[in-house]
Amino acid sequence: MGQKIDPNLWSDDPQPHLMGGRLPSGQIVFPMPTGDSAEGVEPYKLARRGKLWSWTSQGFLPKEPYEGPGSGPGEGPPDFQPFLLGYVELPGEVIVESRIVDARLEDLHLGMDLEFCIVPFNARYDTFAFRPVAAAESQAA
Amino acid sequence: MSENVYIIGAGIHPFGRTDSRSGREQGVYAVREALTDAGLEWPDIECAYGGSAAAGNADIMVNELGLTSLPFTNVANGCATGGSALAASQQAIASGMYDLALAVGFDKHPRGAFNAKPSDYGLPEWYGQTGMMLTTQFFALKIQRYMQLHGISRTTLGRVAEKAFRNGTITPHAWRRSPVDLDTIMNAPMINDPLTKYMFCSPAEGAVALILASEKKMKELGADGVKIRAVAVKTRPPNSFEVFQAGISIEEGGKPTILASQAAFEKAGIGPEDISVAQLQDTESGAEIMHMAENGFCKDGEQEEWLANGWTEIAGGKLPVNTDGGCLACGEPIGASGLRQVYENVTQLRQRAGERQVPGKPRFGYSHVYGAPGLSGVAILERE
Repeated sequence: MGQKIDPNLWSDDPQPHLMGGRLPSGQIVFPMPTGDSAEGVEPYKLARRGKLWSWTSQGFLPKEPYEGPGSGPGEGPPDFQPFLLGYVELPGEVIVESRIVDARLEDLHLGMDLEFCIVPFNARYDTFAFRPVAAAESQAA
Repeated sequence: MSENVYIIGAGIHPFGRTDSRSGREQGVYAVREALTDAGLEWPDIECAYGGSAAAGNADIMVNELGLTSLPFTNVANGCATGGSALAASQQAIASGMYDLALAVGFDKHPRGAFNAKPSDYGLPEWYGQTGMMLTTQFFALKIQRYMQLHGISRTTLGRVAEKAFRNGTITPHAWRRSPVDLDTIMNAPMINDPLTKYMFCSPAEGAVALILASEKKMKELGADGVKIRAVAVKTRPPNSFEVFQAGISIEEGGKPTILASQAAFEKAGIGPEDISVAQLQDTESGAEIMHMAENGFCKDGEQEEWLANGWTEIAGGKLPVNTDGGCLACGEPIGASGLRQVYENVTQLRQRAGERQVPGKPRFGYSHVYGAPGLSGVAILERE
């Protein structure tokens, strides 16, 4: 396991939760605000399961400040690993932007069930992602 | 009662790449073109508003244009820089304080520009570090969901780009002047699914200047003016879905484009059916499709039929859209892009657009610009 890419991004529970915030109005937001914007906002553990709201692929090496494969010293586009990302609707809470793992582009469809997970990001850090529930269950078996 | 305001001069520096001129020099070029068009000299201009996103301050242009002591306000409003400069100069004349004003926008972006810093947008560093802070992803995510909900096909995305490049071939100020066929567009490398390389615009260079006048001044000069019927700029309402959002509300919110469009139509006292020609923000193919509906020109999903039947072509019968090839064919110099749309409408309404002239006698021209962090500007022009 690498370090968390942001120490406050997800909880340290055995089954970690992405951390959002609950505004005084009751609205749930992601990410948890920082600084003066955090006043009156309670940290809130977001649901681990949600439904796919939209998706796309990242087929080329992103520019700075991207720090994943392909961005390091002596690295370039050939070292880049294309990835999938999307928005996941956490029912009754908020829609979060996330990497999508353990899935192929052609398998993604609106409303598919996804589950929160932690994945390696680069040599130093882990980040968060969502993966199809079916993939999560077959790996647990 | 506020004064009627007219655009009496329009100048453009060709978009694309001009190694020999800085962004501001392209701006000066456009101002001189606009002055010539209006039959004016620089000392006639009473106030000016302008700016760029990445090519420096506009007010330094007085070094080249002349030290006439006019008030020159720099505008720095991202993608809405041009639209905000137009709105400010329109208000300066509508208030009765001035009779002649300049709005100018210019820019010069290198290849692969537009890398945003999370802190500039109030976002945590991980959002950029993990490769999620890309405008191209936002556009892909927005159109992907829209296509699923409203039955828009990938071919329709391709048709938008094909039309843009075709219109670019007959537009002297466009950057991309060669046609690209539908197969090439559809089979090009995928940038962010469902959008291929040819469906995105590129960072570019260019400049546009417009000279605005009061009705009294226009008549005094005998100038060829186009009336500004309405200008509206709106930032995002609560719960909207915009570029650079790590989290979106589950409540479906409003859209800045819908707000700006409705405000402009209300001010103008006309409806979408009255528009003869439209320039809609087309940073990529999907944006043009969604903006057709957000601006009220069709219902969600009807774009499939519109594009299949060629109804947005220059001679397509319903509503010519992006007659100069839009951002797809002209590229996007941020500070100049919104004013290019207005320039194109002025040219169309004056019936000076040559090969790309829309048929008939167009009366109302509509332009719409959208940008980060969720704002839209709409201008409606009228040929009286």
